[in-house]
Amino acid sequence: MTTDLACIDFEIPARSEYLSLVRSLVVEAAEMDATLSQERIEDFKVAVSEATTNAIEAHARACCDDSIQIRCTLADDCLEFHVVDRGFGFYPDQLQVLPEPDDPSRLNFERGLGIYLMRVLSDRVDIRSGPDGTEVRLAINLPPATE
Amino acid sequence: MTGLLGNANGGQVASPLVEFGVTAASCGRWEVLTVRGEIDMATAPRFRQRLLGVIGAGCQCVVIDISGVEFIDSTGLGVLMGGAKRVRSAGGDIRLVAAGSHLTELIKLTRLDRVLDVFDSVSAATEDSSP
Repeated sequence: MTTDLACIDFEIPARSEYLSLVRSLVVEAAEMDATLSQERIEDFKVAVSEATTNAIEAHARACCDDSIQIRCTLADDCLEFHVVDRGFGFYPDQLQVLPEPDDPSRLNFERGLGIYLMRVLSDRVDIRSGPDGTEVRLAINLPPATE
Repeated sequence: MTGLLGNANGGQVASPLVEFGVTAASCGRWEVLTVRGEIDMATAPRFRQRLLGVIGAGCQCVVIDISGVEFIDSTGLGVLMGGAKRVRSAGGDIRLVAAGSHLTELIKLTRLDRVLDVFDSVSAATEDSSP
């Protein structure tokens, strides 16, 4: 059974200059658990930054001045970040599929890697989106502590 | 567990203290753009503007050195993709320097190494430069 050891809620203005702060918080939270490697922390930093970037963009599209809500939960077996926006939402299963890397048309796609990176750099990703906003949960597993 | 991206400092997560900046220098027929700091949604517009400025000035051989970049996300990778598209559509060549860091792994992970020629040093990327 998962036991939450610490849970921190915070809000950031939906502005890109706060992304670096969020990444710093990922590092600070992850380093509370000594078992996480710095490499995994780097991976998760990218994933959380991508989710927050999407949230900021969603607010910009919706002309929404609300803050982005972020919850960080450090449990005994995982570190989770929960990013919530109040944008218009999207359908994650209907995202455009990128051409294969060797396809010359690949160069036409300057966007679309964010959710892919979230998925490959996190151990668990849950995206729930609707007309009132999007919630993204990202988690990485913590290695079992050794005596 | 080992991270997919690794990190730039041999185990120490880089502190985001280096301010974003782009400098340009000529090396033979190559124009070398050296980027430092973090490339994300906040800084990518400046990176894009600088890159497009070089391309718009007529440079057809561009090297982008991101070895000193502490963080790059999909927004930054998109700028690289856009730059590659524009340079190649003008008949030019674009090369990336991203050696010895987690950036290289990120580029492999997103398979951009199949779209962009990646080198481990500026000298290697520009070694065919002739006056």
